[in-house]
Amino acid sequence: MSVNQDEHRLAGRARIAVAGARAATGDVFGRSSRRERLGNVVFPALLLLALSVALAGLLAIIVWAVVEGGSRANVDLITNGTSRLDAASAGYREAILGSLYVIGGVILLIVPLGVGAAIYLEEYADKTRWWNRLIELNIQNLAGVPSIVFGILGLAFVVRGPLSLGFVAAAGAITVAMLVLPTVIIAAREAIRAVPPSIREGSLALGATQWQTIRRQVLPAAFSGILTGTILAVARAFGEAAPLLLVGATTFVTFDPSLFENRFTTLPVQIFNYSKQPQEEFQVLAAGGALVMITLLVVVNSFAIGLRNKFERRW
Amino acid sequence: MKISTARRRLAPFAVASAAALLLVACGSDDNDDNGDDTSTSSDDSNSDDSGDGAENASDEGEELSGNIEIDGSSTVAPLSEAAAELFMQQHPDVQVSVGTSGTGGGFELFCNGETDGSDASREISEEEIAQCEENGISFEGIQVANDAMAVVVHPDNPVQCLTTDQLNQIWGPDSTLSNWNEIDGLEEDFDESLDLYGPGTDSGTFDYFTEAINGEAGAQRTDYNNIGEDDNSGILGVEGSVGGMFYVGYSYYVENQDRVRALEIDGGEGCTAPSPETVESYVPLTRPLFVYMSDVALERPEVQAFADFYVNQENETIAEQAGFIGMTEEQAAAASEKVDSLIGN
Repeated sequence: MSVNQDEHRLAGRARIAVAGARAATGDVFGRSSRRERLGNVVFPALLLLALSVALAGLLAIIVWAVVEGGSRANVDLITNGTSRLDAASAGYREAILGSLYVIGGVILLIVPLGVGAAIYLEEYADKTRWWNRLIELNIQNLAGVPSIVFGILGLAFVVRGPLSLGFVAAAGAITVAMLVLPTVIIAAREAIRAVPPSIREGSLALGATQWQTIRRQVLPAAFSGILTGTILAVARAFGEAAPLLLVGATTFVTFDPSLFENRFTTLPVQIFNYSKQPQEEFQVLAAGGALVMITLLVVVNSFAIGLRNKFERRW
Repeated sequence: MKISTARRRLAPFAVASAAALLLVACGSDDNDDNGDDTSTSSDDSNSDDSGDGAENASDEGEELSGNIEIDGSSTVAPLSEAAAELFMQQHPDVQVSVGTSGTGGGFELFCNGETDGSDASREISEEEIAQCEENGISFEGIQVANDAMAVVVHPDNPVQCLTTDQLNQIWGPDSTLSNWNEIDGLEEDFDESLDLYGPGTDSGTFDYFTEAINGEAGAQRTDYNNIGEDDNSGILGVEGSVGGMFYVGYSYYVENQDRVRALEIDGGEGCTAPSPETVESYVPLTRPLFVYMSDVALERPEVQAFADFYVNQENETIAEQAGFIGMTEEQAAAASEKVDSLIGN
């Protein structure tokens, strides 16, 4: 509450300051031209347009999913399994569970690995050394590698090759974790960098070791930023289909998944498959699946955002 | 002094590599544990099955369990999925999964020993056979159904029948036809620009159609609307375009008969429409669909039962449920004979 009032007061002050400055410069250099004043209106309008294009896309998807799949929005859609013979009552049970298994695995992998890498790069790495700069450059590059390439990597090294896990949900989780890891590292680094140096210096000056400083001061302060990066990464991992198809996500699975045994399926894979079928019932089912997916994403993200707001700190 | 700074610098690396070693060790431990777990758990489930499945076991003599992994053509997948679902209704402890990596992608997994069966909308190629042989995988290809490729047009299109030669005029790699009235030997006078839709070049439908019509797999004019893997969008295109034309698997035509019309095709047997009754005369656009089974997998009782179920017992039901054209009596007899010899019936 008090934070909000502070913000209000600050914004009010800023507005007064801007008005004052404008009046002062107007006196010295003459009034701003009509073109400039017009620009002052047009620019925010363009910004609003940019925002509305992004939102319109999302809205279109939701409206389409509700119109097409609304008739299937019931509990069956979640609790029933897939079916080729009975599309009218088929659901997404295996796909939802498969997605949760993969996402759970991804979170378990990316949080420690991503935060660990970020702490090393921000707090320990000597940036004058060429190898640390090379690592940084490569992480930026990795964030731009197409997802299908990670799928091939997963097939060669996780499903076959050194790890030889086979076509299982764990292989899917590892593959997608590799895919979104750069996002987490980059976001966590930004968050750690945003912690004011005075906090670290104060802690070190009081005799804390570097590790104690990181654990007790830097990480709690950076927590909300790290969580933001993780939310983005998980949302992306949730919607990913292409790399999973290469490492064992299968379109027709009628049994519940397990991490290290058997093929699995995930929501995007199942929706993609249903939408390609000729029978109309399957296309309705695909739209219903989109609804399930949007709902799940909203639930997962609201939870994470709530968590983030709880830990958010201001300097 | 020097030594101590070096040591200090190297210390994190030493710790990191120690941690890595530990992880690897734990990892292999985990694997061992998992191996134990899975074997015990499957033992458990087996013993459970024999207890629970007493009433189910009556018709088979023994209760089947296990996993059957099938992958391959997305065209054949609906058949295998229908077969799997019906089969699992009778044998709830057998878990059949069906993937859609495409015919070629499916064979790659199959010849690597990673699947038990491979759906295929064409016969296995020489290269793929070589790949299988290299990995010691021997196999049998069994026909399970037919697919007729429908050439669909807009309902207002007056044209009734095209010969394969006329199709070649339209779709040939050197074709520049842009209007229906440019087609040689067409009885109807239809002045409407040709609006061609075709599947993506990775699809088995594309390979089969180009081979059957243009004489060479992959040879086709390139200035058409490539709809990729989404056959529904080709139907949508033709529905909205009076001069539209699209070739697609039979089930897509059957499901959309109110929106598009299928042309009759004259491939030397007279004008024939695609249908379950015209498997022999709708040439050359009727193609057989196959499932390849590996010999190793066929030694397992659940795979034998599945093959028997798929080809002998419920073949017609499966084809019908999945929207495909069943086998002719001759084809069915040949497939049955093959399966019987494989499973020793």
